[in-house]
Parts: sequence; structure tokens; C-alpha cells
Amino acid sequence: MNEILYTLRGAPVSAWSGIAIIGLYAILAIAAPLLAPYPEAASVGAQYQPWAAPHYLGTDALGRDVLSRLIYGARNTVGIALATTALAFLLGATMGLLAATLGGWFDAISARVVDVLMAIPALIFALLILTITGTSVLALIFVIAILDSTRVYRLSRAVAQGILTMDYIEVARMRGEGLWWLIRKEVLPNAAAPLIAEFGLRFCFVFLFISALSFLGLGIQPPTADWGGMVRESAKLIGFADFSTWQTATFGLAPLLPAGAIALLTIGVNLIVDWVLHMSSGLKE
Amino acid sequence: MRTILSIILKRLLVGCMTLFVVTIIIFGAIEMLPGDIATEVLGQAATEESLNAFREKYDLNRSLPARYLSWLGGAITGDFGISLANQRPISELIGQRAANTFFLAGYAAAIAVPIAVVSGMLAALYNGSVFDRMLSSSTLAAISFPEFFIAYILILIFSVALGWFPSLANVDPGTGLGERLYLTFLPAMTLTLIVLAYMMRMTRAAILNLLALPYIEMAHLKGMKRWRVIAVHALPNALAPIINVIALNLAYLIVGVVLVEVVFVYPGLGQILVDAVSNRDVTVVQAACLIFAATYILLNLAADILSIIANPRLLHPR
Repeated sequence: MNEILYTLRGAPVSAWSGIAIIGLYAILAIAAPLLAPYPEAASVGAQYQPWAAPHYLGTDALGRDVLSRLIYGARNTVGIALATTALAFLLGATMGLLAATLGGWFDAISARVVDVLMAIPALIFALLILTITGTSVLALIFVIAILDSTRVYRLSRAVAQGILTMDYIEVARMRGEGLWWLIRKEVLPNAAAPLIAEFGLRFCFVFLFISALSFLGLGIQPPTADWGGMVRESAKLIGFADFSTWQTATFGLAPLLPAGAIALLTIGVNLIVDWVLHMSSGLKE
Repeated sequence: MRTILSIILKRLLVGCMTLFVVTIIIFGAIEMLPGDIATEVLGQAATEESLNAFREKYDLNRSLPARYLSWLGGAITGDFGISLANQRPISELIGQRAANTFFLAGYAAAIAVPIAVVSGMLAALYNGSVFDRMLSSSTLAAISFPEFFIAYILILIFSVALGWFPSLANVDPGTGLGERLYLTFLPAMTLTLIVLAYMMRMTRAAILNLLALPYIEMAHLKGMKRWRVIAVHALPNALAPIINVIALNLAYLIVGVVLVEVVFVYPGLGQILVDAVSNRDVTVVQAACLIFAATYILLNLAADILSIIANPRLLHPR
């Protein structure tokens, strides 16, 4: 614990701002029902109110409070992205570590499958599969997790292959340790730093990907508050921005608020990832 | 020369194999639809005759490999079959739109590539300067901002506030080139901003790697001028990685275009793909996916082959 505190104290300003941003989002996501002044999907006022009390960020086309929907969006969008990333990691890291440790036909076949999956652009592949499965949150999570696990597989396999050439692995094998023991006690602890950094990067990718699909109307479906979907719903408003008074000018910001919320979180995660990579330096540029 | 030819041939073969497997996956998608397509589309109440007529029309009575071969043959000659949703020939629906998409991607590339290569080289030359640091922070923005965020910022500034460019890119086949370039300026700028930072960053890294090598130091020590060291000694060796960077980003552009088209309501392939996915119009999705995936794979293949050719070391085998 002391060690962690010590490392944190040495963290640069960029990493601290990243931590602050993520902390803010975490609080919003966890305490959404307490913080949001209005419910997520209920229409609580006239439509298209400007920014004034009691609707500090106005209302949308159905008279729902934009501020409340932004706060609930933190919970929905980030929650689904986090679940997807976790699933992608579970799948990708397990397969990657197994492929590296087992070698042989399992390694060869899984590497070929991943090559083919990665040859098709992820967005195109996701659209193809979503056509078949239809758009539901569960389908979304599984499709993106499987597509994204290919990259985790590549990284964890490469890292594990490097570790497996070490002498202590040879010793453990001669001692007669089993496969799981080898992966759990020898490979995983040594592969932790690059995998943690990769988790951050993958989260950003998944988060942007889900937002993009929601923006296209193929991701998280209304009335669930979700940032990508909110950009889509409020996109037309931008044309009504009028810069004569600040309250009419805020219409121009309607799609930028949720889009900015997405951008800010991604920046926060990237700042921390940069710092983690810098500390475990030499793994990535 | 023989080694380089065999390397290229091998890479070509792998590329063709990938393309082949990808066509199988895309074709297989229609088979994975739950239930029978004919009843799915026509509904449970459809009569036996109409079901049979439907199967006849979509060629569903033949075996899977036979249908795959005729689909592939059609796709190569530009005939993608008939749309499930509106029964029109797909080539008619997507022909002009595919051309529009490639136009937009090409336009963005024509702006982005020269800027990226020149400023990437400058950043490498003045490593650690203010310009260089500005470049690294812009990379952070580029990887963090969703495409539509950049697009709406541009719309708000250049279309709504200043009124210089239209926010909707309404082009039709009759639009002249000048008009077309003007109408698609904002979408092209959005795409440019998305790929620019990556390309600059990768160009910079490629050149910085080279500048650390002993032969560059030797050239400096000989008293050669700085620009001459870069142009004559570093650049030929940096060509391979830079070409690779450009082709990879072009491949990325082809996919990034989907979102940008939706934002600007641009009549392109991405827009029709998104519509087809929400209507579950599988045959159109297949055709659009095939075009996107094939372009992506071919650009990646081109990147590999060009960087093999541009690598001076492979031209003189020991």
C-alpha cells in the first residue's frame, strides 16, 4: 500500500489530471440516481428549453432533462464499455496465454483465426454481425468483446512468449508444475504491466466504438440515456444555434456536450496509460 | 532480385488467401440468419408459391457452394444480386455511392498525406521543440476524440457561426468537380484531422529511428549540411516506413468514412451500409462489407509490397 502511495506521489501532473477525470466519472456513474435532478427517461418539461433553471442544460426533443441524461449516460455508456472490455480481456488473455504456453496446433490454429478476424476492419465486421443478431445490448457486448479480444490475444501471446524463454520457467517446468500454475504464478505476474496499460487502451477503443455504433443508431437503444445516442438525437439542433444571445447559442452545443463527455473520459484514460507505459518503459513507443 | 520477387509473390499469395477467406465469411453471414430467409422476409402467412418464387429469385434452391461461386463471380463483375428490402439490383443502389465514398476518402488523403509527411519530418528534425510538443499533444486529442465530435465542432464553427461551408454535403451525379470539392470540404477536413496526427507521429518516429543510426552521425561528422543529410542519406531509408504509414492510414480512412458520411448526410457507401444494417437488408450489407473489406485488405497488401520494394537492403542480397 505504501509503495502505491509512493508511486502516486511521483506521478506527473498529466497522470493526476487523468486520475481526477476518471474519479469524477466514477462518482457520476455510481451516484447517478442521487446526483441527477430528474429521472433518466421521463419527460419533465417543455421540449427544447434553453439553458436556464430548473433545466441547467436545457431539455431535449421529448422534454427530458439533458443534465440528468448526461449523468445517467456515464453509468450506461461507461458501464457497458467496461463490461465489454473485461470480457474481451478474459477471452483474449486466456487464449493468448494458453496459446503461448501450450504451443503446437492450438497456437497455430488460434493465430490463423485471429489473423483472419483482424483482416476485416472491426467496424465493418461488427455491422455485418449486428445485421444477423439484431441490435441488443447483449449482442453488442459479445460482438465487440470477441472482435476486440483479437488484439488482447496478440499482445498477451507475444508478452508470454517472451517470458516463457526465461530460466525460471524452465525450472518450474522441470519441477513438474501444471499448466495453470505456470500461467498463474509465473507468467501472469510478469505480464501484468503491459496488460494493465493495454486494458486502458482497449477500454478507450471499446468506449469509442460503442459510442460510434450508438451514434449510428445501432448500439445502445433509446430510451436508455447514452452519450453516442444523445449526439445522434440532438444533432439537428446545431443548425438552430444563433449567436445573438448566449441562450440561443447553446443549441449549437447540444451535440457537443455528450460528444465532449466521451472525449474527456478517453483523454483521462490515455493520460494514465501514458504514465503506466512510461513507468514500465520500453514496451511501447 | 530473385529474393525480392519471391517475397512479393509470397505476400501476394497470403493477401489473396485472406481475401478469399473473408469472402467466405461475408457470404456465410446470410446463412447464419435464424430460420428460413424466405419465410423471414415474406412473413408466416406467405403461400407456398410466393415462397418458391422468392427462393427462385434469390437462387436459394441450389446448394451452398454453388451459390457461393455464383455470388463471388457476380461480385467480381460488379453484380451483387438483389436487395432484400426493396427488390432492386444492388449494383444500381451502390454504384454511384461507392464512387462518392472513394472520392471523399481520396480528397481527405490528398490533403492529409503531404501535410503529415512534411510536418512529421519537421518534428523529427526539431525534436523536442515547441512544434514537436504541440504535435504530441494533438496526437492525444486525435486518438481521444470521437469522429463525430470533431465533425460537429467543425460544423459549429465553419458552417453555423461563420457560414463558410454547408453542413450537409448534398452531392448528386451532376455536381461539377469544383462544386463537389466545396460541398465536401468539411467532411474531408474531419477525416483529415482524424488521420493527420497518427501519420505525423508515425513519420516522426520512423525518421527519428533513422537519425539515431551511426551512418547518419558519420555524415554529420563529415561536415555535411543538415538538409543534405536528411534528403540524401536519411530519406531513401525512411521511404519504406513512411509509405507503410500512408497506406495503413488510407485503409483507416476507408472505414472512418462511414461515420463522417452519416454526420454530413453524404450519399456514400457508409450511409447505405448503416441503413441496410438497421433494416437487416443482408444482401446489401454483404455487398457494402465486401467492398469495404476488400479495399482495406488491398491497401494493407499494397503497403506491405511497397515497403518491400522501397527497402534498399532487399535489392542487394548478400
